[in-house]
Amino acid sequence: MAASMLSVGIDIGTSTTSMVVSRLYVENTASCFAVPHVVITKKEIIYRGYIYQTPLLGGEKIDIDRVSKILKQEYQNAGITPDMIQTGAVIITGESSRKENAALVTEKMSNLAGDFVVATAGPDLESIIAGKGAGAQDYSKENNRCVANLDIGGGTTNIAVFDHGELTGKGCYDIGGRLIKVEDQKITYISERLLPIIRSLGIQIKVGDTADVTTIKKITDRMAAILGESIGVLPVTDLCESSKTLTSTPLVITKPVEQITFSGGVADYIYSPSDQWFKHGDIGPLLAQSIIDSQWFKSSHVLPAKETIRATVVGAGSYTTSVSGSTITFSDQNILPLKNIPVFIPSALAEQEAVEGQYETYKNEAQWFLSESGMENILFTLPRTVQPGYKEVCQLADVFFEVSKMIKNDQPLLILTESDFAKALGQAVRRRIGESRSLVCIDSVHVESGDYLDLGLPMMNGMVIPVVVKTLIFG
Amino acid sequence: MTDERLVQLITEAVLKQLGKVPAQCSQDEIVFSDNSMKAVDGILPDLTTPANKAQVTVKNPDDKDAIAQMKTKTSARIGIGKAGARLKTNTYLTLRADHAGARDAVFRDVSHDFLKEMKLFSVDTMCSSRNEHLTRPDLGRQLSDDVKRELKSKCQLSPRVQIYVSDGLSSQAIEANIKDTLPALLDGLQGFGIGTGTPFFVRYGRVAAMDAISETLDAEVTCVLIGERPGLATANSMSAYIAYRATVGMPESRRTVVSNIHSGGIPPVEAGAHIAQVIKTMLEAKKSGVDLQL
Repeated sequence: MAASMLSVGIDIGTSTTSMVVSRLYVENTASCFAVPHVVITKKEIIYRGYIYQTPLLGGEKIDIDRVSKILKQEYQNAGITPDMIQTGAVIITGESSRKENAALVTEKMSNLAGDFVVATAGPDLESIIAGKGAGAQDYSKENNRCVANLDIGGGTTNIAVFDHGELTGKGCYDIGGRLIKVEDQKITYISERLLPIIRSLGIQIKVGDTADVTTIKKITDRMAAILGESIGVLPVTDLCESSKTLTSTPLVITKPVEQITFSGGVADYIYSPSDQWFKHGDIGPLLAQSIIDSQWFKSSHVLPAKETIRATVVGAGSYTTSVSGSTITFSDQNILPLKNIPVFIPSALAEQEAVEGQYETYKNEAQWFLSESGMENILFTLPRTVQPGYKEVCQLADVFFEVSKMIKNDQPLLILTESDFAKALGQAVRRRIGESRSLVCIDSVHVESGDYLDLGLPMMNGMVIPVVVKTLIFG
Repeated sequence: MTDERLVQLITEAVLKQLGKVPAQCSQDEIVFSDNSMKAVDGILPDLTTPANKAQVTVKNPDDKDAIAQMKTKTSARIGIGKAGARLKTNTYLTLRADHAGARDAVFRDVSHDFLKEMKLFSVDTMCSSRNEHLTRPDLGRQLSDDVKRELKSKCQLSPRVQIYVSDGLSSQAIEANIKDTLPALLDGLQGFGIGTGTPFFVRYGRVAAMDAISETLDAEVTCVLIGERPGLATANSMSAYIAYRATVGMPESRRTVVSNIHSGGIPPVEAGAHIAQVIKTMLEAKKSGVDLQL
């Protein structure tokens, strides 16, 4: 038995906007003698959209109306309507995500892009999604290597490091192809994030100057070096530190990077160089050339990426959705899908006490989190408990019975465990809370503090629920 | 000569051949010449621990990390290297230890204390000893008239679901999993509003003994939790065989099975909850085995 879902990915970046449609195939891979094990078995991209310039209003704001127009056209080209879409993600990336109207855009997107599509952003998530879309994770897993993907876009370079297929590092730097813009051989824009680099080189350059390749190349050379520093193949300088994107987590390299893939718009010029330096009105091709010329690049093992400029959008369309464990409990299909549920992560102490059957600490922490979030409901989690015995499961069920009293009666009780025991826990909780309140209890999904969760409609006869974990939402 | 004395003599002889000859086993620490093993206070290390099995013992591997990663994906003995055409001593002894573990699991009985704790009374099949259990599978499927009478007198008759536990080929699997699986299953069914009969334990049991039990107690669904034949990977694996209206002589295809229940496979608690769901589906469909689409 197999099933599939249609997933859309939309990437609104600093310089380009694009969309892909993928079909995700879901299958029970366990033999009929075993407990079901449903996984996403195949991801097929069925439509690759055009790459559009991101329409901006006055150079700062995203032009929502024109983005909508582009997407409507893309839907038509793909031959789909929003109601056919079951899952997916809109990613607003790079500098665009810091633009003041990003929240409005995401809201508008949700309506346009289908009911199950969610809006996500944030530099860390972006790095991971691009790394997956570029194929770095798959390569790392298949070949047991430590692979870094550098997604070099217009405003930022998003870096993700995978070792044996596991994410081991993520980071974001304000290094990109559109930090200087050029029109008619004249410099029309210099990002203020570049100023420290320019100052350190002692170069005099300002908006209105004639774009001189030799001068700009000096800047892009230094930018390329910072990328080398970021992944630990060059000694780190202060400039590397200060180029880090403010909202991102510091990239920590725990193990030497063995191979590198490049994605993003600039990657195309790394894999196939061009000497029409200002063909896009920016410094992308020059930055690519600087990377190619650097010693660290020449001595590194560089792999071709599966996707370059579309890595983020493919990642958004194909890699943001996962499925829950295959033995789960939900009482009522009608309460699904659920969107934007804040994830409550208890402290280690609260979780430990809950396992022992004491609910106070867990409930207090959850109560605080609920009021802070300003939402009606939250996702209660047990991220650390591994393979509890039946006695512990019953004690946890008692705890969740108490905890459920803090949310309104018409709200479902939502529980997530990381280890595989959601069916047992769900059944035990069900016996305690009765029929009056709906219940969803799922497992085998990794969440972290600050995440939000979307739950889709159950698939495969109710065996699994599609899940999208988001790190940030607007609004 | 007692067994213990024999074991001691053999151990000493083996140690003598292996390493820096220990004069006395009581010597504080013995380190073998290849550094592969240490005996502390005369006690050899347990070779069957996950830590020992995770070791990459290939000499000068190209990519030790990759082998270690592969080893996390399988319990097969890969990345072990070799000594000429033969296994290395450590690998060989680990294999022997696992084999011994498997044998123990088969030959041991489920302890009385355990059955008492789980509140299970115990009956035997037609087998009268462990040896007979192993050599006469036919007897392991049958119940004497006395046992049938006993079951009828102690158990609720005509239950919707009859659940019982049996040693099968691994008593160890029963002691490792039942404590979690059985109550999760019973409570799960109760939560679905499905009544269950009186659980008990059957010693020297084979899977098909459930057919005789189903007929004796007139159960709609019968489910046995039974120890699986131990392999060299684990001796703790348990299965559930479940059938709708099981009858003696029915085809095997009418049994539904949930296998691989142990801490390294399907967690025992979750398995109990899953089996409850399977039984619920079975009662609704009124069929089992290959006829039942789960």
